[in-house]
Amino acid sequence: MSATATHPGTVPGPAKDQTVAHKLGRRRGRTNLIIQVLCVLATAIGLLLLASILFTLLWRGVGGISLNVFTRMTLPPGSNGGLLNAIIGSIIQTMVGALIGTPIGLMVGTYLAEYSAGSMIGNAVRFVSDVLLSAPSILIGLFIYELAVQPFGGFSGIAGCLALAVIVIPIVVRTTEDMLRLIPVALREAAFALGTPKWKVIVLICYRGARDGIVTGILLSIARVAGETAPLLFTSLGNLNWSLSLAAPMASLPVTIYQYAGSAFDDWVQLAWVGALLITVGVLAINVAARFMLRGGR
Amino acid sequence: MSTTMGEQQSQQSGSFGGVSARSDAAINAPRIAIRNLDFYYGDNRALKAVDLDLPDRQVTGMIGPSGCGKSTLLRVLNRMYDLYPGQRATGEAMMDGENIIDPSVDLNSLRARIGMVFQKPTPFPMTIYDNIAFGVKLHERLSKAAMDERVEWSLTRAALWEEAKDRLQTSAMGLSGGQQQRLCIARTIAVRPEVILFDEPTSALDPISTLKIEELIDELKHDFTIAIVTHNMQQAARCADQVAFFYLGEMVEVAPAGQMFTAPKERRTQEYITGRFG
Repeated sequence: MSATATHPGTVPGPAKDQTVAHKLGRRRGRTNLIIQVLCVLATAIGLLLLASILFTLLWRGVGGISLNVFTRMTLPPGSNGGLLNAIIGSIIQTMVGALIGTPIGLMVGTYLAEYSAGSMIGNAVRFVSDVLLSAPSILIGLFIYELAVQPFGGFSGIAGCLALAVIVIPIVVRTTEDMLRLIPVALREAAFALGTPKWKVIVLICYRGARDGIVTGILLSIARVAGETAPLLFTSLGNLNWSLSLAAPMASLPVTIYQYAGSAFDDWVQLAWVGALLITVGVLAINVAARFMLRGGR
Repeated sequence: MSTTMGEQQSQQSGSFGGVSARSDAAINAPRIAIRNLDFYYGDNRALKAVDLDLPDRQVTGMIGPSGCGKSTLLRVLNRMYDLYPGQRATGEAMMDGENIIDPSVDLNSLRARIGMVFQKPTPFPMTIYDNIAFGVKLHERLSKAAMDERVEWSLTRAALWEEAKDRLQTSAMGLSGGQQQRLCIARTIAVRPEVILFDEPTSALDPISTLKIEELIDELKHDFTIAIVTHNMQQAARCADQVAFFYLGEMVEVAPAGQMFTAPKERRTQEYITGRFG
């Protein structure tokens, strides 16, 4: 029989078992439903936890916010103290840490993306940087303690900055490398084809193209270290008094929260909630800024 | 006068795919003379003993199936392959008594003399003005006024000035694909090269933009020596004074365009241009 003589719509070849196809279809539908429900549940649990943290923070924290928090030092219990030295200490240590860590991270990331192609050293540096990215931050605190606290005979703000810088570096390395690798080969070649030296291709073309992504990485690393407690415990220690000296122990919000939250004094516990709220709002603001930058760049 | 010239041309030239190839005008003296050129991607020999002259201030079209080595040859001429370890060339590509592929050649000044326009438009992430000024600043120190003049000159030569003059300080990313490609051509000629290499410059463009680029190439050849790689044989017929056919890394045949499309000498050439393979 020729093909034209068969029924229209009937495909020549072995017949298909319609009942099996039907059963398989129903099973796929059930599996789909189960997975969908599980996904929604998991998302809901995550969001609920986050919402409950934020809600608790607001609930316990907002009530404690007053002018005193921003104008007075951390004082002994019952003397109506504030968080001024901790807030300023946190800002100083975070900024100086980022200022030290960012250029190093940028340069290492640039080396990895632009100069290390296939080299053993490049792969080793990338591996070490990735390990550092997930290293427990208390170890970084201990490392800086051995390096910058013990040899100089005391805790200091600069030691805290160094510890935070060590956390900043691998984050900036990773985002810088990733963002530079996103710059199309065609764009680089176009720049080379005009007779551009390699360093100018990197600085004038690649950095410009990758700017938003790199800045986002830096902001995220700042957000990350702003809330770090462990690396500061062994380095800048904390300071109950007003001090802007990087050579002396320096107060910070996370360490103050750590000390106050476990105390037996209600006003200290209240200040710990306020401090936690301030950090959260600050980190949230930085994250939103980063998102905004990333979107504005598109 | 132009009509009589046109008639003469269509009488002399052959017809290919409904498109007349240009008449077989005399081929000028070579600007670049390629002799016995081999190229290797690692152990893979991608160009085999290529001999080819690029005639001064004329257009050489390079045709052939994908992977035949025509783009590779362009990338040899501006030493683009130097960016990638494992790629190397041997032989000669002489320009002004100097072998282009000699390791001692200064790449940045070579690339200023031999410009390249790529398949996809590649505007830099900056303003239209800065896109043009970028390359000029690499090789010259110009006053603001002189730079303004250079920018206008190159945009005019690239037939983009009228469209771009009121938005010089806006991002080049806002231009259309065809405008971006003309910007890339303007950027290339702003450096005042002697030779311009076009690597499939219109394969990402619509027909109208393609036509504009082709007219542009026709105009530019009065001042520049041009090589164009294309997959489009009508384009080669329309643009080129001389056409070279590449196959499997060999330069099979080179001839004035009219002759190439009417009476190719090699059977492989004939089969390719009549669409029997490729």
